[in-house]
Amino acid sequence: MTTKPPHLSLAESEALQRRRRARNWAMLVVLVGVAALFYAIAMVKMAQHGHL
Amino acid sequence: MSEAVSARDGAIGLVGEATVADWFALLKPRVMTLVVFSGLIGLLLAPGHLNPVLAFAAILAIAVGAGAAGAINMWYDRDIDAVMRRTARRPIPAGRIEAGEALGFGIMLAVAAVILMGLATNATAAALLALSILFYVGIYTMWLKRRTPQNIVIGGAAGAFPPIIGWAAVSGDIALLPVLMFTIVFFWTPPHFWSLSLWAHGDYARAGVPMLPVVAGARSTRRQIGVYTVVLVAASLLPWLLGLAGPVYGVSALALGLGFLACAWRVLTDRQDAAGVSQTGDRPARAAFKYSLAYLFLILTMLTVDGFLR
Repeated sequence: MTTKPPHLSLAESEALQRRRRARNWAMLVVLVGVAALFYAIAMVKMAQHGHL
Repeated sequence: MSEAVSARDGAIGLVGEATVADWFALLKPRVMTLVVFSGLIGLLLAPGHLNPVLAFAAILAIAVGAGAAGAINMWYDRDIDAVMRRTARRPIPAGRIEAGEALGFGIMLAVAAVILMGLATNATAAALLALSILFYVGIYTMWLKRRTPQNIVIGGAAGAFPPIIGWAAVSGDIALLPVLMFTIVFFWTPPHFWSLSLWAHGDYARAGVPMLPVVAGARSTRRQIGVYTVVLVAASLLPWLLGLAGPVYGVSALALGLGFLACAWRVLTDRQDAAGVSQTGDRPARAAFKYSLAYLFLILTMLTVDGFLR
């Protein structure tokens, strides 16, 4: 159960939570994507320099 | 963070509580499409080979760099965006994202894009990407846009950088062909934007932006569209005339150019009053705007097709 800020109605509070959740998921996707991309770049660069 | 509540289309709008779509809108995704496409063309035409992972990273860096410049542009232009019908619903003037947040977002993405380009490809491509972002933000947005009707002529250079950046990402240097691609996009920009501004000039006048129709009038703008289209068509034939592209490109560029010239002629001879204001709802200008979009995609595609056939 979530507590709502006193100055917001229940509907507003739920909309706020939905937006925050969507933003957090998007941030997770971006972070995982960036980590995977940098890992792939490192692998390619190491292979190009004969370290793999 | 402010939590003022505002009504927007019957939905609940909370300042500082923007949706993912709002943040994405800050990146000007439609402009990004063109930038990614022209960067990809430069990358495909460049001599040499780039690992697909690195090529993907280079295109991503170009896209994110363009998006970052767009976000900083929206931060700087938030006052004029608020009074223009076309831009009033953007996330900052609509109150869904705070100006400072947008600026921070843009700067962070710009730095990340340049670092990514440098790590994935080379210093030349990273430096060119940084230069294109600085040009768009500093020269176009902050200096020219509000000062001169030549804003989009000079500022158009910022949008013309991606083919050179894509080329440099592969080859590590700059050659004549990407410079000619830069020239094509550079001369394409004025007739493209002035066609739009012919029917959207009310917005620019309200915002005090000295677009050509606002300052020099519609009649002069129609003439300028014609002049720049002639120069564009001549520039588009250079890769063929200089032996850097074959007849497939040459014939395509000529046919597409004749189409653009026909559009520019119809804009020039549109039924108009003494001041040059259209009596047809600017139908020819709207058609020229649409044609210009197709023109750029097609001419760059044909240059690539020709490159693969040679």
